[in-house]
Amino acid sequence: MTQELRIVPTDRPPADGKARKVADFRPSLMLGEHGLCPGCGEPVALRILLETLQDLGIVNNSIGVVGHGCYGSFVRIMDVDVLQCLHGRAPSCATGIKRMRPQTAVFTMQGDGDMVNEGLQEVLHTAARGENVTAILLNNGVFGDTGGQQTATTVLGQRTKTSIEGRDPGLHGHPIPVADLVASLDGVGYVARGAVGTAGSIARTKRMIRAAFESQLAGEGFSLVEILTMCPTGWFVGAPQGPDYLAESMEQVFPLGDLRARPKPSGAGA
Amino acid sequence: MNTAVAKPSMQLLEGATAIAESAILAGCRFFAGYPISPFTPLLEHMSRALPENGGVCINAESEIEGANMALGAGATGAMAATGSCGQGLALMQETIAEAALNETPMVVFNLARNQQDYFQATRGGGWGDYRTIALAPKDIPEAVEHTQLLFHLSRRYRAPTLLYGDPLLAQTRVGVHLRRIEFDELPPQDWALDGTGGGTGESRQIWTWAMGKATNPGLGPDGHWQQVAAKFDRIAELEQRSEQRYAEDADTLVVSFGSAAKFIEHVVEELRAEGHRIGWFRPISLWPFPGPALAGATAGIKRVLVFELNAGQMLEDVRQYARDRDAIRFIGGVSIHESGLSYGPLLDAPEIRARILAAIAEDSTRSTS
Repeated sequence: MTQELRIVPTDRPPADGKARKVADFRPSLMLGEHGLCPGCGEPVALRILLETLQDLGIVNNSIGVVGHGCYGSFVRIMDVDVLQCLHGRAPSCATGIKRMRPQTAVFTMQGDGDMVNEGLQEVLHTAARGENVTAILLNNGVFGDTGGQQTATTVLGQRTKTSIEGRDPGLHGHPIPVADLVASLDGVGYVARGAVGTAGSIARTKRMIRAAFESQLAGEGFSLVEILTMCPTGWFVGAPQGPDYLAESMEQVFPLGDLRARPKPSGAGA
Repeated sequence: MNTAVAKPSMQLLEGATAIAESAILAGCRFFAGYPISPFTPLLEHMSRALPENGGVCINAESEIEGANMALGAGATGAMAATGSCGQGLALMQETIAEAALNETPMVVFNLARNQQDYFQATRGGGWGDYRTIALAPKDIPEAVEHTQLLFHLSRRYRAPTLLYGDPLLAQTRVGVHLRRIEFDELPPQDWALDGTGGGTGESRQIWTWAMGKATNPGLGPDGHWQQVAAKFDRIAELEQRSEQRYAEDADTLVVSFGSAAKFIEHVVEELRAEGHRIGWFRPISLWPFPGPALAGATAGIKRVLVFELNAGQMLEDVRQYARDRDAIRFIGGVSIHESGLSYGPLLDAPEIRARILAAIAEDSTRSTS
């Protein structure tokens, strides 16, 4: 049975009031528009994170801890209890929150500058401690908020404002695959790396976020989802080229997929 | 040992243990710290006693992490604390300022090695228009009271508060009467993050910039920081604490704080018994500095002697408030034990007595020549 698609003229509001702007299809936990650059991947990551909270029915039992970067402005549009913390310190703040509210789902949101530059030791210690929180890393390989400088995850050859001829390992060292480091630690329940460059990768990343929260709710320890996000402004490419650039540069260095699968339930083995 | 239930009898306790037990009696449920002398025994005792009392103690991997864990715990409305000595507090300055500006209660224990952290305690090294209530107990029984007072003030004002102690407070054993102190009722903690705000359109936000949510804008940095500054102005009026003795009939007034003040009390009693017209003044709150009380106490005083175990830090505050700046003499100084972990020979009654008498004699020579 097929349904006839009714063409709604766009020069006036639809008579039945049903047609809406695409932006109106945001999850109800998004209180407004994000205000970030065209082509930015971070709002997509926020959206699938918030949708996951809704899907899991933990909307009113969640606390977010947000660091500093472009995504820091998300605290204005996330309808979730939020602590905005110091640069790099989200895993420690989340530790204090979770220890006092163990029944609440606690998540962090950090960029690569926040987690891998300023706060690398915090995320490693929090993971090794097995803190039962979920960390979301928005990795675009650049300091977006300050206009495109090199971070600890900038891939070799990438041009930034502080490596204008491209990141040279002899001058600037090598990128840090933080999710792989975290995945190697005991105390960790689930680690994965996703991206938001294509519809397929968005769907897969959303499943990763769900797995991370399910891991937390099951008490399996620290969970991390690294999400590669487009930053056309910081990469000095056009907004439409963002996803291709992401696939050709970052995804080659930071392969997508589960880095540490959730522990199998006891007795569930083959 | 589980002593957090009220025990009416006197117990012989090391200062750090007494402070920890007092914190638990006050309701402290979260503590995180990084070992460093002489703070370490406070962390060690918390690691044993807090879990026994339904709390959590984390041996943090750094002072920065410990302070931010305490901030996170405090953001849930739990009574939370961290601590170190001055060297570790140096690393925590950003977090203390952040907690002041985003209005998260937490208590910070500086069990310091000496009195060289006065500027750190009273000025701080974070950014922004913030202040920290800082109490300096003269001995362990007072530290036990201050501990509970600091948790109360921290919650009353939604601000970090600081106890400034030293090795004598941390490591000496004295008889302590541990009991829970009752304070005025606090306002409801409707700001605390409990996770239930999600999806209501009125979810909570703790944010130094206080911009609020898109549907419910906050004051923003300008309005919020003005409000925070006004709060600290109120605290400066309301929370000055000091103590003084013999100021009304003294020619000489000695100003000192913390453990040093305990020595001064002793030496002043000796000198009065010998006929000297001498008294003492002790700021209990280092911030807010009890300036008006000091101004009153120094009216009619011929010489104001400032004794502190540093190069002259509180001296700046005394200069602001003493009635006659020209009457001020600094008789303290840097004096560190060769280990670097405690006081040197200057914190000794005969040495202090000699310095006071020398200052008096110098003035007499000056006035008769």
